[in-house]
Parts: sequence; C-alpha cells; structure tokens
Amino acid sequence: MDKRLAVCAVAQIKNHPNYHYLRFQNMLLECFEPILEQTKATFDMETGIRTIITCSDDVFDARTISDNGITDVVGAHFRGEEKIAQESINGLGYAMACILSGHDDVILFMGHCKESQGESRRMVSNLAYDPFYCRPLGMDYHNVAALQARTYMEKSQVTDEQMAKIVVRSRKNGAKNPYGRENKIVDEDEVLNSPLYSDPLRELHLYPVTDWAFGMLLCSEVRAEEFTTNPVWITGYGSCMDRYFIGDRDLASNFSLKNAAQRAYAMAGIKYPREEIQIFELGDQAAYQLPLWAEGVGIADEGQGGKWLDEGGMETFNVNLSGGQLNGNPLLLGGAARVIECYYQLSHQAGERQVKNVKRAVAQAATGGAGQHQAVIVMEAQGG
Amino acid sequence: MAHHKKNRNVGIIGIGQTKHSSHREDVNQPELIHEAVRLALQDANLTMKDIDCVVHGNMELFEMVHQPDLWHVLGTGAYGKDCIRITTGGTVGATLSCASDNLAASGMYDIVMAIGFEKLQEGHTTGGITNMADPLWFRKIQAGALTGSSAYDVEREFGLERANRASLTYRIIMDKHACLNPNAHRAFGLEFSQIDDLIRTSPKLVGELKLIEMCSQSDGACCVIFACEQKAKELAPTPVWIRDHITVHREETFNIFGYDRTVPVIKTHKFAAEQLFRRNGIKDPINYFDVFEMYDPATWWAIDWLRDFFALPGDEHLKLVENKEIMIGGRMPINPSGGVIGSNPIGATALIRVAEAALQVRGNAGPHQIPTPVRHALASGFGGTMWTVMTMLENELNW
Repeated sequence: MDKRLAVCAVAQIKNHPNYHYLRFQNMLLECFEPILEQTKATFDMETGIRTIITCSDDVFDARTISDNGITDVVGAHFRGEEKIAQESINGLGYAMACILSGHDDVILFMGHCKESQGESRRMVSNLAYDPFYCRPLGMDYHNVAALQARTYMEKSQVTDEQMAKIVVRSRKNGAKNPYGRENKIVDEDEVLNSPLYSDPLRELHLYPVTDWAFGMLLCSEVRAEEFTTNPVWITGYGSCMDRYFIGDRDLASNFSLKNAAQRAYAMAGIKYPREEIQIFELGDQAAYQLPLWAEGVGIADEGQGGKWLDEGGMETFNVNLSGGQLNGNPLLLGGAARVIECYYQLSHQAGERQVKNVKRAVAQAATGGAGQHQAVIVMEAQGG
Repeated sequence: MAHHKKNRNVGIIGIGQTKHSSHREDVNQPELIHEAVRLALQDANLTMKDIDCVVHGNMELFEMVHQPDLWHVLGTGAYGKDCIRITTGGTVGATLSCASDNLAASGMYDIVMAIGFEKLQEGHTTGGITNMADPLWFRKIQAGALTGSSAYDVEREFGLERANRASLTYRIIMDKHACLNPNAHRAFGLEFSQIDDLIRTSPKLVGELKLIEMCSQSDGACCVIFACEQKAKELAPTPVWIRDHITVHREETFNIFGYDRTVPVIKTHKFAAEQLFRRNGIKDPINYFDVFEMYDPATWWAIDWLRDFFALPGDEHLKLVENKEIMIGGRMPINPSGGVIGSNPIGATALIRVAEAALQVRGNAGPHQIPTPVRHALASGFGGTMWTVMTMLENELNW
C-alpha cells in the first residue's frame, strides 16, 4: 500500500506581469510539451495518463467552467479531468488521494492564471464576499489582509522596517530564480516610502499582478522509476477552514494554519519540524504574512514573529528562497509555485538557490481573506 | 484499463437534499446548503464532529461568488475541517462524488462529506452557460445549454412523428416520476393523452427543441456522506458501495454535435460506458443495472443517450421509451426521481443523480422507490463540452 506520491517532473513558464501575447491555452501548452518530453509519459488507457487535475478560476478567466477551454492542451480529450477551484496546493493533496486510493497511478497536474486579464484583482476577491454584508462594504483580500496585518503586527511586534526588509529580500531571492517575475530591485527606504495601499500595507508589501502556468507529472511509488531517476516525494498534506466573518475570527491566531500543519506533519511522521525540515516555502501574498505563517507552521514561537525576523529566522529555516509569492505568482497558483521550489531544492535543481543536505521541505498556501483556508504539503527527497 | 483494486472500499452512509424550486427566496446560499447538510447528518445519524473532510462544488459565475466555500462555511459546517473545492461544470456534482470516493479510499480521510449546490435564481443561467464558450470563436453562436441538434439527429434517423412522440413520451414519464418525488421542482401532472397537443403547442426554443422538453433552472442543494468500509459498516445499517467511477472529457470544437454526417463523432457517454463496463466485466449492462439515474437536461439528449450508455442496437433505445420500460416498474427504470428535467440546481444536479441512485439501492427512496430489489445502480453526470462522469453503486461488496 502506497503512502506517498511521487513528483516526477515539473515545467513552468516564467512568472510575468502581463502575457498579453499568449492566451492561457498557449501558456499551458508551453508547460505540457516539456513534461511529455522529459518523462515520455503517454495517454494510453492502460499505462498512461488517464486523469488530469487542473487548477484555474472562472472569475479570473471570465469563463464559466474555466477548464473547458483547455481540454486539448492538457491532454484531457477523451480522458478524465477534474478541476481544483481553490488554492492549487490542494490539487496536490487531491492528487495524492487519487493515487493512494488506487484509482489512479499517473496524474498530470496543470494550472494557469492570468491576473493581468481582469480590470482588477480586487474586483475578483471582492466577489469572494457575500453580497449582503461584506461585499457592499468593499471588502477584498487586500484590505482584509490589512486588518490582519495590523492585528498581527501588534501581537508579534512586527514593524514597518521589518516588512521593508522582507520585501527587499524577496526581490533579491526572486532575481536568482530563472522563472521568477522580473521586478525592480528595491532598498528598504523605497519600501518604507511606498504609498499606503490599505493601512498598514504599502503597495510594495503586496505581491504584484502576475500571469503564470505550470505542469507537474505525479505518480504512484511503484511507477516513479518509469518517468524519472530523481523523484521527489509528497508525504504529507493537510488543510483547514476557518470561520468566514472576520469578526468571528482571531486574525492573528493561525487557527487554520496550525491545524493544517499539524495534519500534514502527522501524515508525514514529522514530530519536530524545526529539526526535520530544511526548506520552508510560505505563501506570502503580503509581507506581514511571512512571519505570521512562520508562526503557524511552527518555526517561529507564538507571538514572537518580530523577534524571529531580527534573529535571522528567514535564513535559519531557508524561508522563501524562491522569492515567495511576494515576488509574484498569481492568486491560487502560489501554492503550486511553493511546491515547485521545494521540488527543485529536493531534487538538487535549484541552481544558485540550492541549499546543501536538504532532506525535507514544506510548502504552504492559503485561499481566502486573511488566510481563511490553509493548506500544507510536506515533501521529501529521494532517500530522504 | 490498468485499473487497480481500491485501497479501501467506500460506501455512502448519509444523503440529504433540499426541496428543489425555482425560487428559494426564504434562504440565502449558506442557509440552503445547511438544510441539505442537516438532513444528510440526520440520515447518517452523525454530527459534524464525525466528518473529516468537506468537498464543495458549484459553478461560480451563476451566482457570481468567487470561492464560495469561504462564505458557505456558515452552512457547510466545514469550520476546522479539511476542505477541497472541485468544479467541473454540469458534471461537478458527479465529480464531487468521485473525489469523495478517492479521498475516503485513500486512507487520508475516513468520512467525507460532499456538498453540491446552486441557486440559479440569483444569476442568469443561460447567460452563465453561454459564457463558457470561447470569446473569440464560439460565444456568438452559443445559446447556453440549448441545442436542437440532437432533435434533428433523432428526427432524421427515425422520422418526425416517431421521434417527437418518443421525446414527449420520455417527458411525460419523467413528469410522472417527478410527481412521486417530494423534492422535485417541476411536477405538472402530465398525461400521455396530451402528447399530440404538447408537440403542437409547446413553444420552440432552438430548432426542434421545445420548452416542455428542456430542464428548467432550480435552486437546491444536495449533501452526500461517504465513509471508508470499516466506518460504513460500523455506522450504517445499509451502506451503498461505490464500485467504480469514470470521467471522460472532450475538447470544445465546432463539430461537437456532429453536424457532419460523413464524420461520425465519438461520444463521451459511449466511450465512458464502454471503458467502465469493460473494466468491471459487465457484458450486458441493460440487464445488470436495476436503475439508472441519468443526467438528462433535455428529452432529446436523454432518448439519444440511452443508446450510447447501454450500447443498444438499432432502435432499441426508442422502444424502451415507447414501451414505457423506463418507468418505475419497467425493465430499465430511468430517473425515478424525475431526473434533471424535473429539477436542475446545476452544481447539485449530478450529485443528486448519485444520491437518488443510492436511495434506490438502499430501498428507502420514498414514494418513487422501485418496487423490485435494486442491487446495482448507475448514475451519470453531464456537462462542459459534452463531458461524462459515471458512477456504479451496489448493495454488496462482491466484486
């Protein structure tokens, strides 16, 4: 009986501010072909890919059933395809279930999002709020994040200066990532003087508008050697939903992330995350979230995020060497980007970002305002 | 198909649905969902504490709510739970069932709750479906889910009169079934004697497709609770086992409905049924299954698809309808619930097929229960650009 899921191959296009010259079908095709080339996987009904999991969103695509325009470019013509309409990280959790259930043994996982296509991504996330109370108030993920930021900065003594450092570091790391969005390298003063967007969040505190697509070949333990000599294993997954009304939540408590992390660790047999895991990729859609989520996954002490930053926690635990979501991944695909960075690190393909002696990595991402739904993935290197 | 033995068997142990209706203005979305969730928990004799994972699905652009599971947590009970949100269009409800089966069979979760929902009064359904078409190529010629092309196909093959009478016979059988189902949205009390009148007077929507032959839009929610074998046996007097499921999609293309007689189009229903039955060793599906809950958005599709699902030769599929063999008590009962023509809250609709098939296997569907024992049930989902999901439900673990 399988206990883990193999990641055999990854392909992606560069994170980009605006792929105005590509339709999302083109973006996916550029990920699809390299996967087949790398792995020689087929779509044979007996031995090939029979199930494709995708991640995309109707509102961003402005298309009902956003996966129906991509059937051909993900190989789903006369094959099964199921769309995760949530943070893409949950697609990996679901793929794990498909494989561990015995129903499937090879899965192609693909995702796309063009944030640049809409008038405004705030319009998109405003639509996530109910039409009676929250939507008319103008709530969206950014201004709700600002409320969480204020609460958290108070609780864990995180300052404007520290957030500036997080942004500067993110862009530096992102510049070392060949698939990272190309952003202006900034210094702390620039961040500190960046216009307020939603107090206390400044424009540079928020991840930039990004277009991106990716593909991954996933399979069961027994079949991994057919597709790769260097698989990376997904050994744990957990997710958790928090309450909806922000007034019903303690915004700095990490309720849902702590649960998701505990579930993923339990599944992967992790007892001491700080000792057993070398790479952490956290879904920082805004700068303040990096220390907040670090508390949630258990690498910073509760209420000590500010101190943790000062003591170099981001380097100690190799947090977001990819640049994180803060450097630019589209909403809902940040989790896949985090997992892909973990894959590169664990398969020793991370180039100048490569950390030595990595055995395990953790990826985290959230859906919804102020991290309402959280999910965590634990990954292991071959022989890890 | 290299289909493995499942890691663990999975059974359905709880079923709940709302009353489906054109307007549920007395409840908002989470409240509507809450009704179905409560009924399913009651049915399974469980509380939310027992649920490990919640799977949510609908189509966002019908109500224009992005990531609606976040708001719906007020009604789903998902607070503190693992959650997955899956959407595939009209098939979404069936995909929820497949996903729940996978999740519970994987060993990651013991008890999984699937929630399918739609409140179509809050949007514009035909506009919403039209919006799935490619904005550059197809959107101008798309009329939502309305298509008269299947009607032309059946008329061309079997003649105008026979085709129309078969279509209306199917419609009236569905209405008779819906009249027995307290949850059905549309139950008119139609009689077979009205067929000729209806053919003459029902307004044409698109081509040969008439208003009476098309499903309507409904508000409704459906909740089904799935458990791994051990839990199902502990918790339920009669779990309904999921034997297998299959999903088959196809790309969008101008040739989707097969206008060109010289290039026959393989249909996903036919392909999916062949694959599913072959890998489960079912040689004679029409006799193997005791009931079929088919996703039938329009009568023309329904009578045409019977042939594909059961691999019937010649006009056998029409004869089934004409001889009323698809009625409750007939040889191959189709949609004792009244089907999709009876109720269509889209995000819930394909899950309702699974739920209704499971009720029949369990033997307590209520007034629309088939009088003879139901051992094997089939449920189908339809959506996207002619997509198929099929699920097999059985009363015994003997495969």
